[in-house]
Amino acid sequence: MLKLLYFAMLREDLGIGAEELALPAGVTTVAGLRAHLVARGGAWASTLAGGKALRVAVNQEMAGPATAVGPGDEVAFFPPVTGG
Amino acid sequence: MPTIRVQTEDFDAGAEIAQIRAGNPRVGAVASFVGTCRDTNDGDAVAAMTLEHYPGMTEKALAQIVDEAIARWRVLDVTVVHRVGELKPGDQIVLVVVSGAHRGEAFAACEFLMDYLKTRAPFWKKEQTPAGARWVEARASDDEAAARWVAGTKDAA
Repeated sequence: MLKLLYFAMLREDLGIGAEELALPAGVTTVAGLRAHLVARGGAWASTLAGGKALRVAVNQEMAGPATAVGPGDEVAFFPPVTGG
Repeated sequence: MPTIRVQTEDFDAGAEIAQIRAGNPRVGAVASFVGTCRDTNDGDAVAAMTLEHYPGMTEKALAQIVDEAIARWRVLDVTVVHRVGELKPGDQIVLVVVSGAHRGEAFAACEFLMDYLKTRAPFWKKEQTPAGARWVEARASDDEAAARWVAGTKDAA
């Protein structure tokens, strides 16, 4: 299983803050996972589509499209940060 | 030992400065920064803001940034306090305190910490304006400020 987290505007646009997801067949990277979520359509497609300013963390470390994703990982999607 | 706290409560900058100096005669300089909530942003009145964060990653990201500052400038100690939750104009948001032997490294590390915190620590601000609530967008100028330290043009070491 994967633990997926969504923060800030993404959480609101998707209407969900967290979910558990069985690792989809063929998904091995952040980019693959994002494409899988976009394929859900609706808000998922518009919110997570390519070209959107989006950050991803895998196991609480900033990640890139090629970062590996595997069973047990915590993957978070969020907008560019605005603290301080 | 660095102090890193994420909290809803306000903080006392004076008490934190006193604490970082306490019992350490090697300290010759303390630099501090306090970020506060403005009543306007991008030309609109801001009545309040909500700060959201990613519990777990926030503390980890701040610890990494602090470790980097200590290693780079060999400062003696660092305190970072960042508030989350509901804030009003005038409220304190963030505190960075750096102690060192000399002012140069303390100033530099303090500025570096703020620049990196603003671009790497998972916090998000949502503002209440007369037109409704809106998420604050990341600024390119913040990325540029953080990038200066990579390029080394701001390196005081």
